[in-house]
Amino acid sequence: MDELDRKIINQLQAGLPLSAQPYAEVATQLGVDEDELITRLQALLDNKVLSRFGPMYDAQKMGGAFSLVAMKVPEDDFDQVAEIVNSYSEVAHNYQRDHAFNLWFVIATETHQQIGEVNRDIQQRTGLKVYDFPKLVEYYVGLQLLL
Amino acid sequence: MDMKVSFRHPRLPEQLALDDQDQALIMLLQTGLSLSMSPYAELGRRLGMDEEEVISRIENLVDRNIIKRFGVVVRHHELGYRANAMVVWDIPDDRISDLGPCMGQFDFVTLCYRRPRCLPAWPYNLFTMIHGRDRDDVLDNVELLAARCGLDDLQYDVLFSIRRFKQRGAIYRKVEKSD
Repeated sequence: MDELDRKIINQLQAGLPLSAQPYAEVATQLGVDEDELITRLQALLDNKVLSRFGPMYDAQKMGGAFSLVAMKVPEDDFDQVAEIVNSYSEVAHNYQRDHAFNLWFVIATETHQQIGEVNRDIQQRTGLKVYDFPKLVEYYVGLQLLL
Repeated sequence: MDMKVSFRHPRLPEQLALDDQDQALIMLLQTGLSLSMSPYAELGRRLGMDEEEVISRIENLVDRNIIKRFGVVVRHHELGYRANAMVVWDIPDDRISDLGPCMGQFDFVTLCYRRPRCLPAWPYNLFTMIHGRDRDDVLDNVELLAARCGLDDLQYDVLFSIRRFKQRGAIYRKVEKSD
């Protein structure tokens, strides 16, 4: 990845123009021609540096309920508990973290009530307390990094 | 790190009033925009709309914040940001609405949410995701953040991830089905 690739990524993270020929517009801004830009973008996609062009949706605005949930799992039981948690189709983004609260996952369901139901079910099956941390205020969702 | 959100439940609140064409557009856009000279016209051909309608519908979804951002989705790991940590802060309730946005100004902070404390076990009420090239870089960024936002006297904790079990990719499905 060279300097031009970095410039391309930084420019496109800010957004792709909503115009008839968006890549041509970006190419002009960067001082390259459209073919060069498209060739480089294709290479960045092929190398999996970029995953895709398009929208990041706000899933909550489209409906559904989400919560971040944590558990303090004794080390010896960890794999077994993780397996139980992972078996739920409502569980996404499950991470083991370096902390007494060592299991962190997101629950996505249709209603807030179902989040409570999944939590109670996990609590019952594992015998461990489930700590629910629903989002109260969103101060920032950046998702872009300058290279 | 792939920052796509997961989403499985297609029923929409009435007030959003996404019509069938919006839904078809949302579905089609999930796989990404093509790398062609006129990608919106191409989408339109697949949806039976003209280019202007595709663009105005996307603009409308952006205006309503249903689309948070319309651009490129990067994989942070492949870009050299190989480490990240969830950093949690115990912020006095009367300072949190100032400090939350302050933290959001920094490039290496990608998420900043207020969540409830769960006392006595969990005193933290502000959750951030901090990135860096490696663990030390993440910790440097945490210190920088604490200094710049005047958080030096506040308690915080850094939770590095050890393992990732699952990260569901699919975002939006018209027909409900289980994984």
